[in-house]
Amino acid sequence: MALVNLKINNVPVQVEAGSTILEAARTLQIEIPTLCYLKEINEIGACRICMVEVKGARSLVTACVFPVAEGMEVFTNTERVRNARKRTLELILSTHNKDCLACVRSGNCELQALCKEFGVDDTDYYKGANPDFYFDDSAAHMVRDNSKCILCRRCVAACDQQCISVIGANARGFDTHISSAFDKDLNDVSCISCGQCIVNCPTGAIVEKDETAPVLRALNDPEVFTVVHTAPSIRVTLGEAFGMHIGTNVQGKMVAALRRLGFDKVFDTDFGADLTIMEEANELIERVQNGGVLPMITSCSPGWVKYCEHYYPDLLAHLSSCKSPQQMQGAIIKSYYAEKMGLDPKKIFVVGIMPCTAKKFENKRDHQHANGPDIPDVDVSLTTRELARLIDTAGIYFKNLPDEEYDNPLADGTGAAVIFGATGGVMEAALRTAVERISGQKLEHLDFEAVRGTQGIKEATYPVEGFGDVKVCVASGTKNAKSVMDKLRAGNPDGWHFIEIMGCPGGCVNGGGQPVQHAVVRNFRDLKAERAKSLYAADKDLPVRKSHESPAMKMIYEEFLGEPGSHKAHELLHTKYEGRPKYKA
Amino acid sequence: MVKKISKIPFSGTPEQEAQLNAVIASYKDDPSQLMTVMQKAQSIYGYLPFEVQVMIADGMDIPLEKVYGVSTFYAQFALSPAGKHPISVCLGTACYVKGAQAVFEHLQELLGIGPGECTPDGVFSLEACRCIGACGLAPVMMIGDEVYGNLKPDMLAGILEKYKKMEGIA
Repeated sequence: MALVNLKINNVPVQVEAGSTILEAARTLQIEIPTLCYLKEINEIGACRICMVEVKGARSLVTACVFPVAEGMEVFTNTERVRNARKRTLELILSTHNKDCLACVRSGNCELQALCKEFGVDDTDYYKGANPDFYFDDSAAHMVRDNSKCILCRRCVAACDQQCISVIGANARGFDTHISSAFDKDLNDVSCISCGQCIVNCPTGAIVEKDETAPVLRALNDPEVFTVVHTAPSIRVTLGEAFGMHIGTNVQGKMVAALRRLGFDKVFDTDFGADLTIMEEANELIERVQNGGVLPMITSCSPGWVKYCEHYYPDLLAHLSSCKSPQQMQGAIIKSYYAEKMGLDPKKIFVVGIMPCTAKKFENKRDHQHANGPDIPDVDVSLTTRELARLIDTAGIYFKNLPDEEYDNPLADGTGAAVIFGATGGVMEAALRTAVERISGQKLEHLDFEAVRGTQGIKEATYPVEGFGDVKVCVASGTKNAKSVMDKLRAGNPDGWHFIEIMGCPGGCVNGGGQPVQHAVVRNFRDLKAERAKSLYAADKDLPVRKSHESPAMKMIYEEFLGEPGSHKAHELLHTKYEGRPKYKA
Repeated sequence: MVKKISKIPFSGTPEQEAQLNAVIASYKDDPSQLMTVMQKAQSIYGYLPFEVQVMIADGMDIPLEKVYGVSTFYAQFALSPAGKHPISVCLGTACYVKGAQAVFEHLQELLGIGPGECTPDGVFSLEACRCIGACGLAPVMMIGDEVYGNLKPDMLAGILEKYKKMEGIA
């Protein structure tokens, strides 16, 4: 490993050859501001905010892409540098919609933060003509407002990283704008609703479609029985929205906050996750025993499901027919729970708190209305960010809340359910149940280490008594899903039996609905690993770690569903998929 | 200027499609040849409508948005077909000072289309050009190969009439 010596702000530093000035500065605890830079996926040096002075260089250079050299002298905070950055910000503002007072990203906007930092006191300094800004709210899950776009192309990089590429930079010069092919609405192209563009946008140009209003209406209506349930990963990410450390488990405070918001019942989607395992493990065993379509692929991630429908409609038979935990939970609330409590399912309003923007698409899909055509399993799906806003608006001081417990009976999730939020978690949870059921022997070692971790594709083989070798594959991010699906199209040469796919890189902990972290955090910390670590820690601490040993599961099957895969289970908990075109003409 | 996307229905022939497929087949393993394929596609169809760009995107295994991005970045690519009688109005310096802008605007009114567009019947298309070397006749325009000089807005309807009669649409 070759090392290079240089000085930054007169401080000597030694870094690996090939490092950028930005990385070298970081080792000295010097933060160089960036707007367009995303490590490894958007290294284009376009925004010109990271300009620094290099002794002897003709002009200022972009620290994010400029490699260090032996003997180099860098200055990151000279008057020339500060003036250049300020001017760049003023130029960006010349076409920026400065509707900041009520912008969703106000207070969490990277552009706003930099303007404050560099003392941009005249936001109209370069006021002039504006291009025609495009506003797109056609999609179920998000809104794109080009008047707030700074053309950093981080969304484009995120979309390319997912191998979707439905948005990109079109036209040139002054007219350059981010849009879809032929300037089609997002709803008319093969966007999978993953929301990775949203969490990577530095400003308010791309945001989730806010659905807090109908939730507030329902909470204010005494006639409506409001039920909320929270996905496994929310407990380890919601805290970030209140300035807490990445990965802090705030389950107790979250439950307390939801109660204070006025929900009649606060349930844990972990119940739905356990139910998913019961049904999915059963479906896998049935497919194995009855010569069904293998490998079977998980269907919990609605972004992944939509990807499969657009890009691999010929392979839809591989998808498990199981609904996702969000939808299973909703279907059970409006059937079993309604019956038990003597409630009219039409008067129950179910809200799912999800790490995911594709869930907003999922709850509006066909075949997600188990209890009647006008009774959606889940009425509204909110992202972690929207929940944080509800808590803020209600004046709840989140950090000081006491820890409270979920309501029964649709709670008491197992360790298997809690790890659903990380890539490999659904696989591990399913294996804990399926291996025991196939072999008929009690599983002693519950940690399937090989399917853990944030690698994009993981493969493992587990010998199972009474079956032989079970070959599994886990992929996260649709780019990795693509390589897995291409192998399936080529005839499954690796002989996989069971595949878990999650649409977002790293799984739900890194979902498109999670709290936004600025690029300065994203570039230097592994959000998905830090958040996932807390989920695995929670799993370790839970008394029950296998879905089929959960008292809640025993109860629901004994009292209501019969057995996994029963007629009733099929009516309530399973769904259908449809091929979708890549673009509408 | 943002390019206008043609609303004229696509009318490609099977022969054209076969030609394009042959082009794609010879370049499909090299994504860096996208522009070559697009240039050849434009010479086959005259422009690059949605249907043609989809064929290129699917054939080259490049996202449609990337193809569209290239087609809107370079001036050489057209998203609207040329009309049977393409009209170019000179907006060069001499013509401009002699009132070409008014001529250009009046033509847009008469034809009901903007710059870079084609009339729905496919008869006329309109674009601005720079000097055609007939400054002595400024302001000038060309319809096909024919040059019209010393133009005033009130002369335009009459000139267009001639072509409409020729096409039997007057």
